Amino acid sequence: MTPAPAPVVEMTGITVAFPGVLALDDVDLRLFPGEVHAIMGENGAGKSTLVKALTGAYQLERGEIRIDGVVRRLTTPVESAAAGIAPVYQDSHLVPNLSVAENVMLGNETRRRFGINWTATRRRAADMLGQLGLDDLDPRVRLSVLPPAIQQLVAIARAMVGAPRVLVLDEPTSSLEPDEVDRLFAVVRRLRDRGVAIVFISHFLEQVYAISDRMTVLRNGRREGEYLTKRLDRADLISKMIGKDIAGLQALGSQRQSHLHEPLGGEVYRAASLARRGQMEPIDLTLHRGEIVGLAGLRGSGRTELAYLMSGAERADSGALWIDGRRSTIATPRAGLRHRVAMSSENRRVEGVIEDLSVRDNIVLALQALRGWARPITREERDDLVDSYIEGLGIRPAAPDTPVRYLSGGAQQKVLLARWLATRPRVLILDEPTRGVDIAAKLDIQRRVAQLARDGVAVVFISSELEEVVRLSDRIVVLKDREKIGEITNGPGVTVDTIVELIAADHEPSE
Amino acid sequence: MSTTTMRQHAPVRAESRGIRNWLKLHVDLLPTLAAIVIFVAMIIYGEVAYGRILQANTLSNLLINNAHLIILAAGMTFVILTGGIDLSVGAIIAFSSVSGVLLINAGWDPWLVMGLMVLIGSAFGVTSGILIQYFNVQPFIATLAMMFLGRGLAAMLSTVPERLADDSPVRLLATNFKLIDGPKVNDLVITPGVIIAVIVVGIAFFVLHRTRMGRTVYAIGGSEQSAGLMGLPVPRTKLWVYVISGTLAGLAAVVYTARLGSAQNITGIGWELDAIAATVIGGTLLTGGVGFVLGSVVGALVLGLMNVLITRDGGIPPEATTIITGCILLVFVLLQRLVLARRRE
Repeated sequence: MTPAPAPVVEMTGITVAFPGVLALDDVDLRLFPGEVHAIMGENGAGKSTLVKALTGAYQLERGEIRIDGVVRRLTTPVESAAAGIAPVYQDSHLVPNLSVAENVMLGNETRRRFGINWTATRRRAADMLGQLGLDDLDPRVRLSVLPPAIQQLVAIARAMVGAPRVLVLDEPTSSLEPDEVDRLFAVVRRLRDRGVAIVFISHFLEQVYAISDRMTVLRNGRREGEYLTKRLDRADLISKMIGKDIAGLQALGSQRQSHLHEPLGGEVYRAASLARRGQMEPIDLTLHRGEIVGLAGLRGSGRTELAYLMSGAERADSGALWIDGRRSTIATPRAGLRHRVAMSSENRRVEGVIEDLSVRDNIVLALQALRGWARPITREERDDLVDSYIEGLGIRPAAPDTPVRYLSGGAQQKVLLARWLATRPRVLILDEPTRGVDIAAKLDIQRRVAQLARDGVAVVFISSELEEVVRLSDRIVVLKDREKIGEITNGPGVTVDTIVELIAADHEPSE
Repeated sequence: MSTTTMRQHAPVRAESRGIRNWLKLHVDLLPTLAAIVIFVAMIIYGEVAYGRILQANTLSNLLINNAHLIILAAGMTFVILTGGIDLSVGAIIAFSSVSGVLLINAGWDPWLVMGLMVLIGSAFGVTSGILIQYFNVQPFIATLAMMFLGRGLAAMLSTVPERLADDSPVRLLATNFKLIDGPKVNDLVITPGVIIAVIVVGIAFFVLHRTRMGRTVYAIGGSEQSAGLMGLPVPRTKLWVYVISGTLAGLAAVVYTARLGSAQNITGIGWELDAIAATVIGGTLLTGGVGFVLGSVVGALVLGLMNVLITRDGGIPPEATTIITGCILLVFVLLQRLVLARRRE
């Protein structure tokens, strides 16, 4: 793969603005024929926005796109397609009720005087599939009977019908099994060798290293740089993605650390091989009374997915669970609540507070749900409860009738905390409780979390700020690519670098 | 690991022979096949139990008396394939036929009026389509509004039966042409109305299976969002579907008026439901994306034949007709559920 001299696509100074935010700020991207180009960055770094600017889904505030050196305006998906750019979306957008052949050829059928010539259309579809090495696929079969991985490949075949110059794969592997990923990669390599420029976006670091030739790293809507994959090692990449300079990381060839210390309290929650296909690899996790367990990992590494699985917001499809030593299952959040396992979602506005209800109603919501609507909480009990939490957590303004909409982010977070505390949880999972909260409230929330643990609650603490995780946690579970890669007992020697290094060091040497 | 490998190789091009394999590829055909089986079974039962079913004049009459329903069902198939519904077709027939007869009796040129009657249907269809596509009204509500509008307009024109002159050219469409002059009254007869219905079905079949527009109809029924992202002309196609349904309702009004020789504002009450029933019995899924226009024809004939059998029996009270229709419909819907469940395996 000698990089061809001229890029097919050159995007320069791309700026995309949404109301109130600059999603992309002066970003450049070069795509070369016959190369797989990965766009790297944490969630929210602007990867999808950049791709959508290329596929004509978003309007550019500033910047220009050159295709083969000629400036083109790509303002609609149709114009983008005409310029030879073919996107394949995260969830393959195909029609399940039609055959494979039709899904490949819809809108491009071969026509004769008497309408669509099915024989010729099917033959072209089979050709297309054959070029991708999918000769074994019967084009007459209905799409809906195929597994998601094959549907994804059919989507690629469809994208290739117009013989595009650039193929955009946005998270193509997010719901695939390892052997299915291999098959997809075989197809991608085949296309690359035919001179197609491929944009590859994935959360899975190892997949990016396995398939890409070049990468552009984004952080907070800005470009960190463009690198050849083989010249950029994992530690450098991570530090560029999270924006922390980690000195001397390369020197540390450290292996996984996993030495558990004796926990102080008794075991309260134990998961064995808890997993959900496409979301979380099997994971073992034990929580003890009175400890804070931090979940660390890049955004998209599976932290939120794990929180969902543990609390029943998503149903695990395999694995076993013991709560207080008794075998249990938690299939719904309601069941979680009955076992006193509560989760506060990172999505505060959508999955957390109910903005139009008062502080009081928001606080008693979960407790009332737990008791059942037939046994209402009495007014005195409710007022006592609400007052004690407003007092204890320092919710300001201290007016229980205020709709939560008018509270600051930090105060809303405390209301949520109060809601789950009112259910007297044994396990409390806090997903990004300090995101979007000012520094004073952040420290306050951290203090309350520490107090909770002293009161005997097992707290799972999730945060993108590694410093916070390190400061607060007794134990840190490190996740990467939807998998638990290690567990660190916190101590004087543990720093943010320890975690980053652990994530970077975790890869198969021969890839 | 072995299970994923298995699944990966499930769609492998197997031996193209064998009924199992054929069924796997054509599972969508099952409900339609079932409709054909039931139709044949009804004919056999009728022949055995009452006699004189399997003969030329009975079958001719079946076609002649249900030509309008076949035309309606063909239009409804388009709508239901996209996942929509058209409740206005019965009312369109009432308004179209009443205004047509009044205009002819007022001295307008009958051929021009017949064209107008069809266009009245198109106008209703365009209105429903615009409401649905550009004002984002639910198809159920938009066509319900059109139904009330049509019914109301028809009642404003006249509330008594309006008769056509017996020598009106419109009635030419109901002329009986004897194809085979059988013994006694057992003739194979055909009318221009039946020919129109056959042509409509033929064109509908061609459009649905052999044009990009038709395939877009199926794609919209499968997943409207995906169809849009695949670059198919979704808004235009959805509009067209209602125009087709409305236009065919106008055409059905012409054919029906020609046969009956009169029109009334209460004509066609409940026919939209008959058309939906015919479509569903013929194997079209109400959720869209799966179905065949030829199935809808069989569905219409099943309904028609059922009426014939009930009349022949004489012992079944006429009130029971709707109950039997309901039962047949239920059986077919359950059958579709079964097919859907099998497909998910």
